[in-house]
Order: sequence, then C-alpha cells, then structure tokens
Amino acid sequence: MSRASVVGVGETEYTKRSPRTALQHQLEASLTAIADAGLTPGDVDGVIPIGITGAPVEEYVADFGITDLRFSAVVPHGGASAVGALQLAGAAIAAGLCSTVLVPFGRNTSSGAKAGQRIHTMPQFHFVSEYERPAGNIAPAQLYAPMARRHMELYGTTSEQFGEIAVSTREHALLNGRGLMTRPITLADHQASRMITDPFRLLDCSLESDGGAAFVVTSPERARDLAQTPVDLLGSAMGHPDSPSSITQRPDLTRVGVAKAAALAFEAAGVTHADIDVAEIYDCFTYIVLCQLEDLGFCAKGEGGPFVEGGRLRLGGELPTNTHGGLLSQSHMLAVNHVVELVRQLRGTAGAAQVAGAETGLVTGYGDMGDGGVAILRKGTS
Amino acid sequence: MTEPEDIAAPYWRGAAEGVLVLQRCGNCGVVRHYPRAICSACQSELVEPQQADGRGTVHSWTVTHHAFDPRLADDLPYTLVTVDMREGVRVLGRLDGDTAPAIDLPVRITFAPGLDGTPVPHFVVEAP
Repeated sequence: MSRASVVGVGETEYTKRSPRTALQHQLEASLTAIADAGLTPGDVDGVIPIGITGAPVEEYVADFGITDLRFSAVVPHGGASAVGALQLAGAAIAAGLCSTVLVPFGRNTSSGAKAGQRIHTMPQFHFVSEYERPAGNIAPAQLYAPMARRHMELYGTTSEQFGEIAVSTREHALLNGRGLMTRPITLADHQASRMITDPFRLLDCSLESDGGAAFVVTSPERARDLAQTPVDLLGSAMGHPDSPSSITQRPDLTRVGVAKAAALAFEAAGVTHADIDVAEIYDCFTYIVLCQLEDLGFCAKGEGGPFVEGGRLRLGGELPTNTHGGLLSQSHMLAVNHVVELVRQLRGTAGAAQVAGAETGLVTGYGDMGDGGVAILRKGTS
Repeated sequence: MTEPEDIAAPYWRGAAEGVLVLQRCGNCGVVRHYPRAICSACQSELVEPQQADGRGTVHSWTVTHHAFDPRLADDLPYTLVTVDMREGVRVLGRLDGDTAPAIDLPVRITFAPGLDGTPVPHFVVEAP
C-alpha cells in the first residue's frame, strides 16, 4: 500500500552559462511543479532542499508565502539525496507531520567551482582532501575510476560496454527536447573521445550544467483530488557502502550502497524485477549505471557488461533506462530530473521517449562515495 | 589548557621522514588507516603508532590524463594506485616508473612532496 504520491513535477530550461542564479532555478522549478500539481505555493507545508546549492527553507517560506511550515529536513548524500528526500517526504506525510512536501533543486555550476573543487568543501570527503588530493586524486572521476578498473580486471568488463550506456543515453536525450546534448553519438565516437582518467573517457562522464528541477509529494488520498494522474511511492530504501568515507579502504570496490537497499525496496514495494517497466539509474559515470544494475539484482555481480549489450537499456529494450538522457546527456540535476522523468513515464506523458504501457518504474540515487537510494513507483488511479 | 593531539600527527611525522606509520589499536591490536579517533573493531581510544613494512600489492588504479589542478599539468599522464599493504590496510599513491599497473603487482612505498609540499605516497615496483 502506498503511503505517498508524487503529484507535481517541474523543470527549468537546461543550459550552460546561465545568467540565472541557483536560487532562481530552484524557485522557478518549484513553482512549475506546484502549478503542475494544481496547487498554490502557500499549500506547501514541508520542504526538503537538495544539495549543497540548496537555498535554506526560510527562503521558500518567505517567497512562497507559506504561513505554516510543519516539516523541513536536509538529506546529506549528494546524488542519493533526491531519492532520500522522496523517501523522507513519504515518511513525514505518512506520520502526519505535514501534508505537502516540496523537493527543490537548482544550480549554476558555470559560475561556481567545478566538481573537483566542490567535493573538497564537503566534510564527508575529508579523508580524500587530506590524504589523497595532494597526490593528485582530486575529482569524482578519479575517485570512482579504480572501482571501474577493478571490475574490468575481475570480470572482463570493457570500455565498449561503458560506451553502449553512453550511446543509448544520448539517443534518449535527443528525444527529450530538454537535453543539453543535441547530437547523436556512436560507439566509435565514445572510443575516440579523449581519456580523462582511465578507464573513463570524456563520454563516460556526466555534464556540468545549469538549471533546476523539483517535485511535490502528498498523501495518496489528497493526490486523487489534484490535477495529474498520481504516481504512488510503493517502496524505497537507502543503503551505504562499507567504508563510506573512503573508497580506498572499501573491502569490495565493486559494490555500492544500492546493493544494501535494493532488496528492501523491492520487498517494501511488493514487486519483482520483472515488474519494472522503466528505470532511471543515477549516471554520474557510465560504469556507475552498470554497477548499480548488478547491485539492484537485475543481473549478477560481474555480468553487468554483457547485460547492457544488445540494446537492453534502449527504448524498446527489456529495461529502458534513463529515458530522458540522464546526467550524461540531459542535465546534471542530481537525479531530481530522474524522479521527474519517472513520474512523466508513469503518467504516460514522456513524449517521444514514452515507454508504451509503463506502469511500474524504479529510480536510484548515488551520492558522494557510493551512498545509495532506490525508490519504486507505480502509476496510480485517479 | 593544552591543545588536543591530532590523531593523524604520527602519520604525518612518518610521512615527512619517508615511512608509512599506521594506527594499531592499543586494546585489540587491529591495524587501521586512515587515522581515526577510535578502533572500528572494539571502539577503544587506545592507539599506538606502528611503522608499516612498506610492501604491498596493487589492488586497482587509474591513469589520469586531465589536469584537475593546473599545477599537475606537467605530471600528465600520472598513475594513481590503490595498494593492499601487508598490514591489511590500503594506501593510495603515485606509481613511479614505466611498469604498467596490474592487479597483485608487488610494490614498495616511498614518500615525495605533492601539492602544497604535502608528503604523499609513491610506489615503486618490487623486483620479483
């Protein structure tokens, strides 16, 4: 039984070098999501801002004329925060703490520090900052590359298999209409793209982008009276890898946090892998998608390479994945855009990338050094 | 009032002298790295410095071709190795020399100045 429903989604234009601030992106996406739900800004009584660029909740209280904010929180897990916020919003609503939760995100990375600088302002990265950065281990790509390399050495996973993820995700972005990337790529383009930090080539890496995305959560009962087909949260779970603050010290480099969350989320949702019609998988790097597909249980550990081959992740494939173009080719909205896309898919309003008849879907988050979140959603009845 | 001793001070003193100093739990004897306030196995605060053997084997690696810090532009490409030390902990550092990294490649630690002059681990391949 669902205890919460997503009733509104919103996105800004996705660009680079935007003249608009992170706060402007957050407010615009939020107002779009609230209007999409058929609500007014003053109806919001809970806010969970996402990410280190998130404006404090006091901004929303003032700007939206919220007279009675009953719930606010921050989920400090980077790219896992959006799924964590969805879970937390559902829990707060089910507990009766509040009725309508806004989850806003927005950023302007063009004017600020790049990811390789940003992470060193975060306390969870302090071991990296103190012991590894001076050796030249600076950016997320470098932190995660040894995870991918170990997987390749143990299981024979190839760069071409990473490339298949880059190519299918780009195909989906071209259908989205909002994607930052507007040219198709081939596997040859992927293989020819410059090496950033082995085994990650440029086309294995996600985008730095500007914009905002937001969603609104309320009770299933209230959702039935609002503007859109509700999308119900069936089950969710968070999980953290061993040695969560140091990848270097992690016993098994090839597993991430969703490995611990997946079974819990499927059990809570009461569905099986075969029920998943569409998946939005956190894709900061191609390999991270492949690793999560294993850790989610769609295939066994080590079989992710062959699993992604043959078009399985493409529209029309067995498990259409990142149907909006993801962080790799649509925009890096910290997976708030993944939640938005899954909601659209389950409403049946995903446009050219619509998975026919999609009723049940899954979204994941991956944050910092592997914190994970999984949420399973289903199209509700109006 | 005295300033609290930085739990990482023995590591940095060792690094400055070119040796790897780990933490050994004074209660249960488990060796740990990176430096932490208490033992992950028994939660004891008791801790002793332990100089590492210095030898280990490569667990994984990345070869970096992009200067994420402009000061590293002249180092490109450089190899970062994750190394299983004999004491059961891992160390991340630079791999020196021309040998291609491989899982289980035997290496030995040294230290050299890194960014801002901070001493950082370097590894050289051990003769078989």
